[in-house]
Amino acid sequence: MALINPKKKEVQVKIVYYGPGRGGKTTNLEYINRKFKKRIQSEMVTVKTYGDRTLFFDFLPFDIGEIKGHSIKIQLYTVPGQVKYNATRRLVLRGVDGIVFVADSMDLRREMNIRSLQNLKENLETFNKNIFNIPLVMQYNKRDLEEEGIPILSIDTLQKDLNSRLQAPFFPASAVRGDNVAATMKKIIAFTVSSLRKKLE
Amino acid sequence: MEFTIEFDKQQIEAIENILQEELIDLGVQSVILMDLAGNVIVNLESGDKRHDVYSLAALAAGNYGAVSAMANIIGEQEFSLLFHKGEEESIHFSKVVEDLLLLTIFNKNVSLGFLRLKVAEAVKRIQALI
Ligand SMILES: Nc1nc2c(ncn2[C@@H]2O[C@H](COP(=O)(O)OP(=O)(O)O)[C@@H](O)[C@H]2O)c(=O)[nH]1
Ligand SMILES: [Mg+2]
Repeated sequence: MALINPKKKEVQVKIVYYGPGRGGKTTNLEYINRKFKKRIQSEMVTVKTYGDRTLFFDFLPFDIGEIKGHSIKIQLYTVPGQVKYNATRRLVLRGVDGIVFVADSMDLRREMNIRSLQNLKENLETFNKNIFNIPLVMQYNKRDLEEEGIPILSIDTLQKDLNSRLQAPFFPASAVRGDNVAATMKKIIAFTVSSLRKKLE
Repeated sequence: MEFTIEFDKQQIEAIENILQEELIDLGVQSVILMDLAGNVIVNLESGDKRHDVYSLAALAAGNYGAVSAMANIIGEQEFSLLFHKGEEESIHFSKVVEDLLLLTIFNKNVSLGFLRLKVAEAVKRIQALI
């Protein structure tokens, strides 16, 4: 549902970071915002609620290159992960073109990851979208915790739990350190833009 | 991937003309025609103030969604008009068709009553086009 403006020669692409609450979605966007400051003209927008949890989304627009003479505006969103905010989480998925699923590698979060992925699938269905047909990248975040002796899930386990059927590209990452944050973003952009390009041809 | 409502160049130009005549010429500072995914379809600005329209559209889509959920709770389908009043600048939203919103930013020099009238006029003319 990317929006193409033939007059401005511009394509707006919507990418959503999804995943369980506290998994590291906002930290991903904050890192991207710092790292790519030059290409981002606007401030990152965060709609917060009491405490420091996202009520609606974090939003980060920036420009990358062209497809077929159209400039591409990438809009990165994160959703609130907490269970009680499903209505707003669903709204943010409206018109989504590509998804990064940020899973939390902590042992304790195993069930939450699985539930959040299931919730993503169901929410996409309400917009008549199939999780198997939308560009998706998996990120297994918080890999750094292992060094602190905190038990984390192996990549194998995460793959089995979350990605055995989807077979999406995946990255072990540490959003606090910035490991593989840019790689995850570049992958989802390339994936989404190439599927869009096919549509434009 | 399916697209929202698709617009061709002529349609966008026709919409721009309508918004120029009905709203910008009246003294409105900024108009944004957007979809509920938060995409900006048409944006016109007058004067030297530039707004971050992409962020505005993203937030407006979220806001509209939240207010629609409120409407449902009290037994309404939706609120087709929204208005936020500021000291200097105000924002007015109006639904155009399913999925499309018209967002208008105006200052104290424009009366709300007149603005509403003009927005309704512009909405009618845009509806006829799509
Ligand atoms: N150790 C570690 N902590 C992280 C990492 N990414 C995020 N966090 C922390 O996890 C908490 C929740 O992160 P946040 O980005 O707000 O999660 P969100 O709810 O998915 O947006 C914060 O305290 C972050 O500092 C990571 O890669 N490693
Ligand atoms: Mg967050």
